[in-house]
Amino acid sequence: MPAASDRSGAGVEWRGQAGTTARRPGAGRGRLNRLIGEIRIKRQGYVLLAPYFILFFLFTAFPVLMAFGLSFTNFNVLEPPTWVGWDNYANLFVKDEVFLIALKNTLLFAAITGPLSYVACFFLAWLINELSPGIRSFVTLLFYAPSISGNVFLIWQVAFSGDSFGYANAFLMKWGFILEPIQWLQDPKYMLAIIMVVQLWLSLGTAFLAFIAGLQGLDMTLIEAGAIDGIRNRWQELWFITLPSLRPMLMFGAVMQITASFAVAEVATSLVGFPSPQYAGHTIVTHLNDFGTIRFEMGYASAVATFLFALMLGTNLVVQKLLRKVGG
Amino acid sequence: MRLGFGIRLRRQKKLNRSWPVDIALFVLLSGAGAFMAVPFVFMVSTALKPLDEMFLFPPTFIVRSPTLDNFYDLTLIFANSWVPLSRYVFNTIFVAFAGTAGHVILASMAAYPLAKLRLPGGGFLFAVVILSLMFASQVTSIPNYLTVTWLGLLDSYWALIFPALATSLGLFLMKQFMEQIPDALIEAAKIDGASEYRIFWTIIMPMVRPAWLTLIIFSFKGLWGTGSGAQGASFVYSEQLKTMDYAFSQILSGGFIRSGPMAAAALIMMLVPVAIFILTQRSVIQTMSTSGLKD
Repeated sequence: MPAASDRSGAGVEWRGQAGTTARRPGAGRGRLNRLIGEIRIKRQGYVLLAPYFILFFLFTAFPVLMAFGLSFTNFNVLEPPTWVGWDNYANLFVKDEVFLIALKNTLLFAAITGPLSYVACFFLAWLINELSPGIRSFVTLLFYAPSISGNVFLIWQVAFSGDSFGYANAFLMKWGFILEPIQWLQDPKYMLAIIMVVQLWLSLGTAFLAFIAGLQGLDMTLIEAGAIDGIRNRWQELWFITLPSLRPMLMFGAVMQITASFAVAEVATSLVGFPSPQYAGHTIVTHLNDFGTIRFEMGYASAVATFLFALMLGTNLVVQKLLRKVGG
Repeated sequence: MRLGFGIRLRRQKKLNRSWPVDIALFVLLSGAGAFMAVPFVFMVSTALKPLDEMFLFPPTFIVRSPTLDNFYDLTLIFANSWVPLSRYVFNTIFVAFAGTAGHVILASMAAYPLAKLRLPGGGFLFAVVILSLMFASQVTSIPNYLTVTWLGLLDSYWALIFPALATSLGLFLMKQFMEQIPDALIEAAKIDGASEYRIFWTIIMPMVRPAWLTLIIFSFKGLWGTGSGAQGASFVYSEQLKTMDYAFSQILSGGFIRSGPMAAAALIMMLVPVAIFILTQRSVIQTMSTSGLKD
């Protein structure tokens, strides 16, 4: 295959040239030609990229813009969308009291289960790291299992079932704390707390694995050097050595946990039903699903989706900025 | 001299630990372990309980006389549905396997040029992928519904498979992992006259086996449980195209009396992803060690 050899040979040579020519202040035209030349030479690379990125833009990137566009319209799928300006957003915050409940609940999840699960991921990974390899992989499996076991979380429904056969009620009654069974999953007082517990149980996912991997790959010479420099106990070691060297993992883990903590929906609808009593288990995503897949008010649902997008992205970017400061 | 230094260091490292704190941390870890494990014990126990034991007061934590009745009941429930259980099983397996295989291949193909070829525009594309890690798929579910309809894929397997093929986490992990492959290997192959396709398939792919296995478990766990969420339910509405997960959750969302078969179904559903994770754990950890987001 002489043609292929020619082409790739040129590619190697070209890269060498690029290093020297790119710095020369030169004619814009020459640079454009060079760019076209580079793209032509590396076209096999673009062919490899194409299938993934076509699907990626179709199903992940453009949909964000599409939702943004639709959020200014009234659209029921059957008739073409009609422009309504900011009406959908105005309705969200002024007229839609249920949305405000959903927003409050979602923010509670994000503010409580988000940080708690993040700290739990790291802290447990850090503890597990001290175990011997065999026990370590078993404990990793045990902690990670809930997040890959699909519907197993439904067992919490049995545990908190409202009659006296649910575990929580039965034991509280047996020990005399309560006389009547509590309607755990119907009473707005307890619903949110129970969903949070289940959400925490499910939260040791991708971030947890990343932390375990990061801790295992920690450079031991750093710790030894720290010991010479007067690191006295494990807390100092954690703060001055472990956390700063794990910063890339910490940032990645934060992205995973934040995104998940804003997206609570399935656990809530499975445990307390949809719609939940007094909307006590209602979240932004359940609100979105309500308008998107049940009422088919796509414009309004798109406004909810766009708001959720801004909330997730904004929180992520702020937290990324804060994490850059960890360990100085 | 050198030896003495080493010993001193090791002793110092031991001194970093005090045993009361050790014990406290051990208790904490055991507590967390119990919190994670107890629901699984409940579930296995519930799945094996005979009907009369469900209504004991106080309820038994561990089953007294285990039986497989619940599994049998599960097949009885499906004997009355007009779509046979085997069809749901086939749908799940097809969607999960086709989607996972496609995702691993497409994501690896795209990761190679991004990691190794310094394409003009490559940095921008990867930045968009990282940005897309920062929002959940629920945000795009409505436009996706419209796109799937517009492409004529509504109510087919492809409506479930296509959006899952290009998830961003897989590409991100694969690209980070490929970056460790030495450039010299690729340059050598180029000098020998290999095309990019050939380099990708014969040199890169065999070297990133741990990353494939990681993409497999992440993609599989999503697709295996697909269909019970709002997305799965609206993208596919024909009963004969529904997945096992959907069927189980529809039939079993019937309150306490069904909690036995519910636990049996959940047990069956979790076995496959958990088994895959057990087999791939070492590779997954190896891949995740390159997963950091650099400044």
